[in-house]
Parts: sequence; structure tokens; C-alpha cells
Amino acid sequence: MKIFAGSSKLSIIGGALMIFAAVGPLDVGGDMSLLTGTGWTRFIYLALGIIAMREGPIADIPQKSIWNLPGLSLFAAFELVVYAHSAGTRDWGHLLAILGVWLCAWRSVDIVIAQTPARGRASQWMQWLVPLIFGATLLMLWETLGLYFNVPMVILPTPSQIGIRLATSVPVLTADFLQTVQGILAGYVMGCGAGILIAILIDRIPFLQRGLLPLGNLVSALPIVGVAPIMVMWFGFDWQSKAAVVVIMTFFPQLVNTVAGLGAAGAMERDLMKTYGASYGQTLFALRLPAALPFIFNGLKINSTLALIGAIVAEFFGTPIVGMGFRINTEVGRMNIDMVWATIVVAGVAGSLFYGLLAAIERRVTFWHASYR
Amino acid sequence: MLNALWQGKALPVLVVAAIIGLFWYAGSILLNADLQRDAFVNAGKTDYSTSELIAGTFAQERPKLPTPGQIMAELYKTVIDTAPTSKRSLIYHGSVTLSATLLGFLIGSALGMGLAILVVHVRSLDKSLMPWVVASQTIPIIALAPMIVVILNQFDVTGLIPKAVIAAYLSFFPVTVGMVKGLRSPDPLQLDLMRTYSASRLQTFFMLRVPASVPFLFASLKVGVAASLVGTVVAELTKSEDGGFGARLLAGSYYGQTIQIWAALFAAAACAWALVSLIGVADRIVTRGMGARP
Repeated sequence: MKIFAGSSKLSIIGGALMIFAAVGPLDVGGDMSLLTGTGWTRFIYLALGIIAMREGPIADIPQKSIWNLPGLSLFAAFELVVYAHSAGTRDWGHLLAILGVWLCAWRSVDIVIAQTPARGRASQWMQWLVPLIFGATLLMLWETLGLYFNVPMVILPTPSQIGIRLATSVPVLTADFLQTVQGILAGYVMGCGAGILIAILIDRIPFLQRGLLPLGNLVSALPIVGVAPIMVMWFGFDWQSKAAVVVIMTFFPQLVNTVAGLGAAGAMERDLMKTYGASYGQTLFALRLPAALPFIFNGLKINSTLALIGAIVAEFFGTPIVGMGFRINTEVGRMNIDMVWATIVVAGVAGSLFYGLLAAIERRVTFWHASYR
Repeated sequence: MLNALWQGKALPVLVVAAIIGLFWYAGSILLNADLQRDAFVNAGKTDYSTSELIAGTFAQERPKLPTPGQIMAELYKTVIDTAPTSKRSLIYHGSVTLSATLLGFLIGSALGMGLAILVVHVRSLDKSLMPWVVASQTIPIIALAPMIVVILNQFDVTGLIPKAVIAAYLSFFPVTVGMVKGLRSPDPLQLDLMRTYSASRLQTFFMLRVPASVPFLFASLKVGVAASLVGTVVAELTKSEDGGFGARLLAGSYYGQTIQIWAALFAAAACAWALVSLIGVADRIVTRGMGARP
């Protein structure tokens, strides 16, 4: 299997760095990796360096040694992180090792990509594996470099500090999440529901459609989150005002997408319905709404992010003392940046899960669509 | 003539806008009526006619929902009548917001295009980084805004830059995603043709991929510039001492100045509209320059 040649030099450099760090200036100190015990770090680095220089640059790696470089890189990365947390000295040998592991990980990604067939189950695995390796590498760099340079927590906490904060503040984060989600869900259902309903209502009046569509497109580009202070004044500090902001933010994208979708059914199919003598309602439910589903889901997916943004920003303007936006705003003020990151992690995971759920439902419901066949 | 008007776009848009305006005025009456009744009671005025009540709801100092007329009057006052250097002028606040938005948008879209070029040519980046960029579209990255302002503040980075950084990363992701899609849009047939010409990677890039990406690029630039403006406004909520539309919104919400909030909102909307239309104009000029027929 041919491997993209661009990163083969990276592998040589990375390997050289590892060997240099292993035999040279690396001070492994007294207390070493929990996993391997004293003295083994040097050995692992050396092994990774040799493998990276010998096997890394080869375009045709034999099948049996494909996982050597990725595996050893993972091992070395683990060593790096464990050492970074120990009390050992931080000399520049470690910095070289961090750089070296990063380059080896890069090359590993290329090897994994090249070894995966274009189709089938393995390629689906790779779709997940490669970004995961990338994300893990990034976290490793963040963690080790953050500890190496002693970056203060108020500027950038390391992933482990954020993780610890996340684990120790579960009750607070859960309460925030529930508070915000309440507003999001209520607003999302009302806003998207109203968008779909109004789109169906004006479906029979092309005149209104022509008027609403340009306005709807215009409104989609406007900074609607700005209505948040007004909604807080109208509906109070609790979740109702957040729901109102979400309604306003989600309504127009849903309307525009649904209107576009209702026009998506082909002329042939419509003619067929006419020859069946189908009524307007029958055509709507049997043909045009199903045909509009991909568009409706597109709107729903765009809105899932917009709803989160709307609710969080609205909470910057005033909340009862709970909620993700409130948490971010106050903890920033108190310089608890790790708590801010923990909240952002929760918001990010919630956003992706919600989006993923919508995408999964879409797959189920619009299995007939060209993009899923 | 009449038929052309009926079939065109201008008249329907005007009619819909008029309907929205009517609803707005009706909403003003409904929402402000209670306040107005209280005001009449406090003034000792017990017998007032409905028309007096309605007129009153249109002319309150701090209405729950100001009428479009009141907002326009406030806009006129703060844009035309106030000197642009004054802190009460919306032109002053607009220039603060717009400069951060534009600087951030330029940086963000340039970086986005650069990354898109890398992603299209480096396979490992495509497979490893791109999923994260796409995933970033599903999370509210705007939540990072207050934190970035505070962190940069610790490095004594103040003024325009923190807001521009936020505007930049908000426009960065949509531009990257759109540009990658655009650079990938030539179909295999066209790429094969370039290969039969024995075109180099660079030639294929500039003669095929870049022209093909233009429509995608402009579509994502429109999204990006709108996102930049939102980012700047949200950043100004945390960093309100320099002014800007966000600061204006925040001050208005502190003091219950609803007309001021709505005026700032309208001005921000006008800016967003102007920016998006500017990109639309640039789009038309570029595509026409490339020989596209309308």
C-alpha cells in the first residue's frame, strides 16, 4: 500500500528527535512512569526513534509491521503525559521528545489512512479513528506543553485540570445544563414548529411566499441574538426569556428551508398525484411533505446550533443564578477558567449530541434520499 | 404593468413588510397599554378615550415595545443629530463594532482559505482535522468569547484586538468548510482533463480549483461576515468599556432604555445587511469578470 510521501521526512525528523532525546539530554530523574517503572522511558523513546527512522519513511510497509509506529507513538505519548505530571525536572530533552512524538503521530495518521481501503467497514472505522488520533495528539500537546511551560491556570488550564473540574462539579454543571436545556427545547420546538406551520400555511399563497423569502433570508443574516436583552425584560430572568430568543432565532431559517422544501417535489410526481385526483391535502402529506424532509432537516440542524447560541448568549443578560451562559459569564469574572472550559465542554458535547441525534433521525426518515443510498 | 408588479419581488416584499409593520404597531398598543393606563391613573386622569390611550402607547419614554416610528426617531437623533465623535452617537458605536468586525473577518477568512488549501492538498489534514472543523459547526463556539476577552486582557492585549480575534474565529470555520467544498467541486472528469494536459498541481489549482470554488467561497463569506458581526457584538457585552453596539445593548438593558436597545439592534442589523450586500456585489463583479453570464 502506497503512503503519501509528504510526511516521510517528518518521520525521520521525529525519529531523530526521539533518539537524541533518549540518549542525550533527557533527565529521566528518580520517579518515572507508573506504567513501566524507572528507566523504561529512555528505552521506549529509543525504540520509537529507531522504528520511526527505519519504518516511517518506507512507502510500502509490510502488513505485519503497520501498527509498530502508531502503537509506539501512543506508548511514548502516554509516557510523556505521565512524566509531565511527575515531579521530575523539565529539561529541553523533554521538549524535543514532545516534538518528536507529535511528528511520529502525524506519520502514524498517514500510515493508518493509507492502510485503510476506500470502502467497507474498515473505512468507517478509520473515519472515527483518524480524527480521534488527531484529537488525542492535540490533547497530549496541550497537556505536556502546558505543564512544561507552567502555563497559569487563569490563562489556559490543561485538559486534566479541566477534566478534574468537570468530574468534581457534576451537580453544578447538571443544574446549569438542565436550566439552559429547558429554554432551548421549549424555544426550539416552538420556533421550528411555527416555521414549518407558517411555511405550509403560506404555501397556497405564492404572493406571500415571494414576499417572505427575501425577508427571511435577510433576517437569517442579522444579529438576532441582540433581542436577548429585550426578551429578558419581557419574560423575566427565567428560562421563558431564553425560549423566546430561541423562537425568534430559529423561526426564519426553518421557514425559509421548509418553503424551499415544499417546492422540491418534481413536476412528474405532482402530475401523477393530479391524475390520481388527489386533493391538496393528500398531495401535501403523501408527496410534498416527504419530499421536503431533507430541507426541513437541514433547517432543524442549522437551528440546533442557533438555539444553543441564542440561549447561552441570552443568559449573559440575566438569569437566575444557574445556567450555562450564566456560569461562563460569572466564572470568567472570578478567573475560574477551568470551570469555564468545563461548561464549554458540556455545551459542546450537548450540541454535537443533539446534532447527531437529528442526523440519525434524518437518516431513518429520509432513507430514500440520494445522499443515503 | 400591474401584472409585472404582482409577479415581481418588490411588491410582495413591501406588502409583507407592511403586514409586519401593522402587527408591530398592534403589538405596541397591546404591550404598552397597561403601562399607559397606570400612567394615566398616576396623573389622576380617569376618563380617557381609546384614541388617547393608543396615542399614549406610541409615545412612552420606556415602552415595552417601541413603535418603528419611535425607533426611527431615535436612530435619526443618534445618527444624524449627534456628532459622530460623541459617545451617544450610533455612528461612533457602529465604527467601533465595524472596525473589529472587518479586521476579524479579514483575518478569519484569510486563515480559513489558507487552511482550506492545505486541507485539499494534505490528505492527513483532511482526514484528521477536517472532521473537527465540521463538528465545530454544531457547537456554540461563541461561548468562548467572554473567556478570550479576559485571557487576552491578562496579556495586556486590549482595544480592538480581542474583539477581532473572536470575530476571526467565528468566520474562520464557515469559510474553511465552504472553501474546502468549493475547491473539491471540480468533478473527476475535469481533473482528468487537467491531467491529460499534464498540468502541474499549481496549474490545476489556479486554473481549475480556484475558479470552481468562487461561488462556494462567496456564499461562505456571507455567512462568515454575519457570524463575525455577531461575535463582535457578543464580545462587546464582556468588553463594554470601548463602546460598540454590544455595549449599547448592555447599557440599554441595565437602564431599561428599550428604545435605545431597539435602535442599536436596528443599526446592527443595517450593518449586517450592508456587509452581506457588499459581499454580494463583490460576488457579482468577480463572477462577471470570470465570464459568467447572468
